[in-house]
Amino acid sequence: MTSAILAQPAAGQSGAVIETQTHPGQYRHWKLRCEGPVAHLIMDVREDAGLHPGYELRLNSYDLGVDIELADAVTRLRFEHPEVSVVVLTSGKDNVFCAGANIFMLRQASHPFKVNFCKYTNETRLAMEEATRESGQYYLAALNGVCSGGGYELALACQEIHLIDDRSSAVSLPEAPYLGVLPGTGGLTRVVDKRHVRRDLADVFATLAEGVKGQRAKEWKLVDAVHPKSQWSAAIARRAQELVKPGRPQRGIALEPLDKRREADRIDYSHVTLSVDRAARTARLELRGPHTAAPLPAEPAQAGSRWYPLALFRELDDALVELRLNFETIGVLTLHAQGDLDKVLAVDELLARHRHDWFVREVLLLMRRTLKRLDLTARSVFALVEPGSCFGGFLCEPALAADRIYMIDDPHQPTALALSPLNNGSFPMGNGLARLAQRFLDDPARVAALQLDTRPRFSPQEALAAGLVTAAPDSLDWDDELRIAVEERASLSPDALTGMEANLRFAGPETMETKIFGRLSAWQNWIFQRPNATGERGALSLYGEPASPEFDPRRT
Amino acid sequence: MLEAIPNNVNLSDDPKLQRALLRWQPQFKEWWLDMGPDGFQKDEIYLRTAVSVEPGGWAHWDTVKLPDYRFGIFLAGPRKLEEIYFGDNIGRKLWTQVPGEFRKELRRLIVTQGDTEPASVEQQRQLGKTAPSLIDLRALFQVNAEEARHLWAMVYLLHSHFGSDGRAEAEELLQRRSGHPDHPRILQAFNKPIRDWLAFFCFTTFTDRDGKFQLASLAESSFDPLARTTNFMLTEEAFHMATGEKGVGRVIERTAQLMRAGTDPAAVGAIPLGVIQKYINEWSSATFDLFGAEDSSNAATFFAAGLKGRFQEGSDKRYADHVALEGAYEAEVYEGGHWTRKEIPKRRAMNAYLLDAYEDECRRVVGKWNKVLERYDIGETLTLPSLRFNRKVGIYSDQPYDAHGQPITRAALDAEIERLLPNPDDYALVERCMVPVYAPGKVANWIAPPDKGVGGKPADFAYVRFH
Ligand SMILES: [Fe+2]
Ligand SMILES: [Fe+2]
Repeated sequence: MTSAILAQPAAGQSGAVIETQTHPGQYRHWKLRCEGPVAHLIMDVREDAGLHPGYELRLNSYDLGVDIELADAVTRLRFEHPEVSVVVLTSGKDNVFCAGANIFMLRQASHPFKVNFCKYTNETRLAMEEATRESGQYYLAALNGVCSGGGYELALACQEIHLIDDRSSAVSLPEAPYLGVLPGTGGLTRVVDKRHVRRDLADVFATLAEGVKGQRAKEWKLVDAVHPKSQWSAAIARRAQELVKPGRPQRGIALEPLDKRREADRIDYSHVTLSVDRAARTARLELRGPHTAAPLPAEPAQAGSRWYPLALFRELDDALVELRLNFETIGVLTLHAQGDLDKVLAVDELLARHRHDWFVREVLLLMRRTLKRLDLTARSVFALVEPGSCFGGFLCEPALAADRIYMIDDPHQPTALALSPLNNGSFPMGNGLARLAQRFLDDPARVAALQLDTRPRFSPQEALAAGLVTAAPDSLDWDDELRIAVEERASLSPDALTGMEANLRFAGPETMETKIFGRLSAWQNWIFQRPNATGERGALSLYGEPASPEFDPRRT
Repeated sequence: MLEAIPNNVNLSDDPKLQRALLRWQPQFKEWWLDMGPDGFQKDEIYLRTAVSVEPGGWAHWDTVKLPDYRFGIFLAGPRKLEEIYFGDNIGRKLWTQVPGEFRKELRRLIVTQGDTEPASVEQQRQLGKTAPSLIDLRALFQVNAEEARHLWAMVYLLHSHFGSDGRAEAEELLQRRSGHPDHPRILQAFNKPIRDWLAFFCFTTFTDRDGKFQLASLAESSFDPLARTTNFMLTEEAFHMATGEKGVGRVIERTAQLMRAGTDPAAVGAIPLGVIQKYINEWSSATFDLFGAEDSSNAATFFAAGLKGRFQEGSDKRYADHVALEGAYEAEVYEGGHWTRKEIPKRRAMNAYLLDAYEDECRRVVGKWNKVLERYDIGETLTLPSLRFNRKVGIYSDQPYDAHGQPITRAALDAEIERLLPNPDDYALVERCMVPVYAPGKVANWIAPPDKGVGGKPADFAYVRFH
């Protein structure tokens, strides 16, 4: 393993680099305890260990650092502890489960940081829901004390919510009454769309700063069960045991630290390189193909975390998080894949053949999450299919996620792009559609016509005709066309682009997931920008301050 | 049954309040039987009952049984001022109804205050069995009955101004129980039993005095019903504090007498001065924490909204600036190896102002106790520990300090706690002293007799008649 050079500041305007990787030995805010089929994920936030100076993480309130650890734990549980079928999410502090996102952190954060923080937080919550649904790891929220705001949003991401009944502990979403913002990181949406709380009760709940406790919380479907304090531990333990599912794989793999080297303007991984041109506000994300496509061992998990597709997508995922958090001003991302297309398709074939093995399945699910992360990354993404490129099957999927695909048409250096059955269903977007299906929303028959079973390859002209690429300039035009496309794109309003891309990327049906991100991006961010929240006299600005907020009364 | 409730809130013409009380009162009675004084239910006790707010009306003396005590609902008379005089709404009319925008804050203030009232009754419910005299036993029941009436006062506000949610909260005030494993009282200090009479006298001196300061700051409230309710409660609170102050004073006097005579108090069933000091340390430092963090955003909100003022906010003698947006409260804290001056914007420091006023008064009380010691000329004094000592909450909770307020290490603090707070031996010693004395005019050996009787009766009056 190459030692990572992580301390070097490289993060655009936002100061110190945010470290995106961690492991349980380094956790400051969480404890992960696995006991056979039941894991305990215990939130015990260290007040003095915030990501940035200027706030204390009181009452188990969280910042991005807390969430990066949670995301790590959720992923590790799936790969390292497949024997776990129930995850009890609880707090290590008496009388408080979690007070939500730290207000003072939010107040001092830049707007882009705030948005990226909320987005990352919700991606983690979706990963918990996906783990419950797809990996049989059932999340049980054990609220052993006050649970408010983002704390309750976190609980909402669990499949089942239990609340201690001590006549004081309540669940609440006090964002609107206290801060003039929304419980917008999935809170409102999950209350009505997931838990099906009646809309009028939800309206009362979301404006009731003190929240709802005990039996009433259960009646309103805000929680699933309440237990008296003296029976609390026993009740949670009993429920966890009831939920245990037999027949789980018994041995996981170790997710080894990523092979990651940071320089001022680039991060190199074993299969991925992210390099940025700060002046041009562009980045190049290069994915490299596999060296071999050796068959999997009889027990596929023995391939471990260095297995090419797993390593590649872990690195890609990290690169995307890096891009969001540490390279705020980069506007256009070009996506490249360099390598041997035959070997890529051989790996693709392995993935398809072993897709029912627990380990391969987890790899496919991790790919799915990473691709969703790409869909949700607010940068213009252009995939470039160049000579020597290897966009094929699973590795073609990042290109399908791009806003545009350019493919060079050079008779001297034939270039191909390939598809496989995995492109039609293994990596659904947040709206439930395969990217190919969404590409051809007008006519579903066009996907069938591609004959994916044959792992078809497309020349530039074929790809253009099939509607797979946006343009296929010849080699004489390529440089100019690409340069102009990228420069022009980088010159447009970053806000308009973010909104435009989000609109175009998610054609098709709405799901809870798309609603959450859509509302997070639009409503939540709009409110965060408004003087009523963040102006000098705004509620968020003045929370905990001596002065009281003043609102502009005009409704929009 | 509601006719028997003494009140000046026009209960007979208030169907809303009647409906709420019809449901709540039976639950209260059950609570008073279950969680009020353990035993003594058939005995006749000479008690004071508030029957009106007219001068003297708050002190109607009669012989009653505990289950028959008449709990009343009273507001103090109208205030001289009709306008809000602090915070962001200065000059507007006082609110007679809960403003919607401050519903959540008012509810929180009232529920938190209301929760302490029945809690203290629960904490004290075993003490009757070891009363050192009939006059003390009477005083205990008087305090209990009035704390229960304070519960009524807060419940009245919940019932009258907070709709069905208020009624639910009022029921929960009866459901939470001091020290209960499932549903304890809200504030931690109200979840430990008051195990003996020295603790009772310290509690009424120090913790009831916190009650006084909290009530006094609520008595400044722009929400007029809250101000007038708490104002009336203050009259009763003064009696509770006097019970404590005189009680500790009499314990000190007895100990001093014995020391003066060269007798070891511990040898004759009385309490050594060192143990008294430890009790003072325990209860005063636990009470400091009840004021909340010195730097508090809630406190700022309460002040800005005009819900809770400083101590005697309305008296211009104390504060010229009732907006409190400029300037800062200053405190010395030890941080990173040296003393630094911490500045807290005034509004966020409201708890600190209140705590300072409280501390002043506590020092005066300890001063009075030292006068008792002076009379016996035994060369000993008692002290109040520093505000910084043994704090769990606020700006002095990160760095440990000793009883003089000097910084020490965590390990040294543990040693200080060992030395300065009562240990199991001390508790056992005090417990051995606790033998009941129920003969009129007689007192236990560990406490001096009271200087006079109460309610117009002599000291040897049978304040409690057992049946
Ligand atoms: Fe009281
Ligand atoms: Fe009292």
